[in-house]
Amino acid sequence: MSEVAVMHHAVEPAESPLTPESWGKLGMWVFLAGDAMSFGGLIVAYGILRYASPNWPVPSQVLGINLTAFMTFLLICSSVTMVLSLSAVKSGDQKGLMKFLGLTILGGLLFLGCQAYEWTHLITERLPELGLSFRAHLFATTFFILTGFHGMHVTGGVIYNSAVLAACLRGRYGAKHVEIAGLYWHFVDLVWILIFTFVYLL
Amino acid sequence: MATEHAAHAEPNYIGVFWWLLALTIVEIAVIYMPLTKLVIAFLLVSLALSKAALVALYFMHLKFERLTLGIIALTPLILCVFLILMLTPDIFPS
Repeated sequence: MSEVAVMHHAVEPAESPLTPESWGKLGMWVFLAGDAMSFGGLIVAYGILRYASPNWPVPSQVLGINLTAFMTFLLICSSVTMVLSLSAVKSGDQKGLMKFLGLTILGGLLFLGCQAYEWTHLITERLPELGLSFRAHLFATTFFILTGFHGMHVTGGVIYNSAVLAACLRGRYGAKHVEIAGLYWHFVDLVWILIFTFVYLL
Repeated sequence: MATEHAAHAEPNYIGVFWWLLALTIVEIAVIYMPLTKLVIAFLLVSLALSKAALVALYFMHLKFERLTLGIIALTPLILCVFLILMLTPDIFPS
């Protein structure tokens, strides 16, 4: 048993396998593997429904690619600020942590704002115009379930990151917790990369 | 994938960012190219998986974790491929 594990004997009874830094990190990875299965199941179901439907519209002609490309850019940027906030907290730079984690949260909020705008536009104008509204076509069903499930994850991530930032500012949380929150946030970014490709571009 | 978790040099995050940005632009360019549907689909899936791998390996530090953790992370992908194979009778009814 390593020295670190002995030191934290009261808090962590044994060293976590695979992730000696913390049990939480292993827990987050296992959760993400399960969550990836949820997304995987939804994406595969979407693929099969699309393949089996005779008149599936071309997504890039129905959905706005420019806005979603910008949303992709936002999430990639917020992933970068997330890793920068981890670097900051590791070197004890509280100001840098506030700045970069704050920017990450802002990126998430902007993403949600864009998605709210996109959904409103699609639901009230674009989809009814094309006869693709929720009740009329599986295109809308699969689109809203996939982007909605992801949007809920972003919402959860924004709340999670805000809670971690607040706890860091009060000195209760440190690098370990920021790293675990980062894993979740990067996962949300990773899933969006796949959704952007399969739902919008393909 | 390194089995050593001890101190590693921080990866070049900004470099990864530029790669992700470039691959996204290539993806958008691909859908406007005069290629057959199958080629476009193949290119898009490869590009998306490369981007996902970049995020997992560098931002999520999977490159610097133990191999078993990487296998846990890969499990959903393997199971999804399995799911698609199991559903082929539904996709291509005889």
